Amino acid sequence: MPTASQPNAFWLSKRRQAGARDALAFTVIMVLSILMIIPLAWMIAISLKEPQNVFQMPPWNVDWKWSNYSEAWYLQGKPQYLSLDGEPAAAPAPAQAPGQASAAAAGAPEAVSASPSGSAAPAASDEKMSTTEIMMENVRRFIMGQDNKGSFWLYLWNTLFITAVNVVGVLASSAVVAYAFARLRFPGRGWLFVLVLATMMVPNQVTMIPTFILFSKMGWTNTFLPLTLPAFFGGGAYNIFLLRQFFMSIPPDLDDAAKIDGCSTFGIFWRIMLPLTKPALITVAVFCVVYNWNDFMNPLIYLNDSHMFTLSLGLTQFRSLYGTQTHLMMAASTITLMPLMIIFLIGQRYFIQGIATTGLKG
Amino acid sequence: MAESVARRSGLSGLQKEALTGYLFISPWVLGFLFFMGGPILFSLALSFAEWNGIGGLDSVRWVGLDNFHQMTVDHRFYTAVWNTFYFTSVSVPVGMVAGVLVALLMNQKFKSIAIFRTIFYLPSVMAGVASSILFYFIFHPSNGLLNFAINGFSHLLTSIFPALPSFQGPEWLGNPAWAKPAYIIMSLWGVGSGMIIYLAGLQGIPEQLYEAAEIDGADKWQQFLNVTLPMLSPVIFFNLILSLIGSFQVFTQAFILSGGNGAPADAALFYVLYVYQVAFQFHQFGYGSAMAWVLFIIIMLATLIQFKFSGWVYYEGELKN
Repeated sequence: MPTASQPNAFWLSKRRQAGARDALAFTVIMVLSILMIIPLAWMIAISLKEPQNVFQMPPWNVDWKWSNYSEAWYLQGKPQYLSLDGEPAAAPAPAQAPGQASAAAAGAPEAVSASPSGSAAPAASDEKMSTTEIMMENVRRFIMGQDNKGSFWLYLWNTLFITAVNVVGVLASSAVVAYAFARLRFPGRGWLFVLVLATMMVPNQVTMIPTFILFSKMGWTNTFLPLTLPAFFGGGAYNIFLLRQFFMSIPPDLDDAAKIDGCSTFGIFWRIMLPLTKPALITVAVFCVVYNWNDFMNPLIYLNDSHMFTLSLGLTQFRSLYGTQTHLMMAASTITLMPLMIIFLIGQRYFIQGIATTGLKG
Repeated sequence: MAESVARRSGLSGLQKEALTGYLFISPWVLGFLFFMGGPILFSLALSFAEWNGIGGLDSVRWVGLDNFHQMTVDHRFYTAVWNTFYFTSVSVPVGMVAGVLVALLMNQKFKSIAIFRTIFYLPSVMAGVASSILFYFIFHPSNGLLNFAINGFSHLLTSIFPALPSFQGPEWLGNPAWAKPAYIIMSLWGVGSGMIIYLAGLQGIPEQLYEAAEIDGADKWQQFLNVTLPMLSPVIFFNLILSLIGSFQVFTQAFILSGGNGAPADAALFYVLYVYQVAFQFHQFGYGSAMAWVLFIIIMLATLIQFKFSGWVYYEGELKN
């Protein structure tokens, strides 16, 4: 039956073609994905190796040296904690593996009680510390390190603080501003919005120097104000634009219905618009977290005191201090990137939706 | 509350709405004045002055066009412009083609596709100091991962074809000729940020267009040329402008990988890195402001030129007119 088998064979081969194409595409995707993952995998592999093995090839021979991670938090070696009777603990407090560099350097407890001359700790003094003081001192050592030089715990806290304040500021101010541009009629709205978009083109470097001068004349260098305060003033043109596009896509009938029910303008914004734009708000928040977590130039310009450092700055300090301790640098890098990865994985399903609705297509 | 005030002051509904509008945008207006418009004008003024930023504003000395004249004789300025131009002219087109291709791959309907999208987008989230340090080691001439792969590949080739000459990976960040290619390779790791935008664009293309093209007998390649590309062109255009602006401003990678000074031999002295050096290391705030303004003008010109030659961009809405 040539007439019947002809279209059948044709259909079959077409399907086979499609199948082969899918298989090829899948293979290419797999190979490229592995290429994307390799740098990260290598970073984690090195972070778990013995110092003498960091560049050992092939890289997947991992020593699983997890103590690199507890060591990487401190730039000058791990702190020694005091036991509750005021004596330096022979076996250091929790999360301490025995025989680490810091303990070896400090040697016997006598050496430790002599060492805090540089720090504020009155451990060597005759009067006995109260339990609270000891606990406070241990907390201080945990956060600041034995020598008060700071630790990645401190940098993590600073980064978290700056990021959290920025997220609050950016969400609050960009949503309010975007809502006005999307829904409220006022003279000059059109050209003001063009002005918002125009500021997206201005490179940071143009405003960087005068803003630095402004903040340093205010005496705000070495504080978090230059890194957090601007977020409350508009929250960035891109975010205003993104949220405005979202608000525009909500049918105005909803507003009208609420208005008839006696809802105020702010009430409409708060009770109707915000709940409906949750995906967009999450997108803005995640972008904001990513930006602030990775931001390097602003902390570099404004923060000099190592107690104020963010993770980015802490890592550069790490690099100059421990340029050869690759395993610790990779552990510290992993520590820095891990929260970002987690936040991204939680927020990622909103991304495509969020970006698609910006109305990129004009 | 706004209502009661309005009622008492006898404002009409529209006036009331306008007042609320101005109240709502006031954070942005203040931010614009203090962190955008004001600083832009101030830096314009500073670009005609000399100031170390340490003394008071009375120590500002007006020098006219000296800063701009200095640029024309500053060979490091030329180097920075050339480096940035080199980096941009390779990384932007390569990154865009790669971004579109990856987005096309990721636009398939596999069950596990979401995982792969995440894998591709993840690196672009991590563009900071940590990933720069990581790439510092990847580009390490003797111990780095990249040269391990290149040398291994060479070894493999020569063991199969003994006649071929063996080759070695370059010194990357240690060699002025290979430093910029290293930065370009690193920028490709961030291909996901473009991909995600193209992907959003691809998913906005109506399925009927492909069905219609298929009925007209168009094969996959013709469908790509006549449906996908035109429909995607506004997104490509948007991304072109954004990535051009972004690559003019490359900083963190350059700062970390070059140790903050553009090493080797100024081969990684990118424009913004030089602005940073001039302003915050050499304390020449006037010269730095002038350079920032020149960058601003370059970016505006580049954007204008792109809009001028944006005839290739197809806007669906235009059909209606």
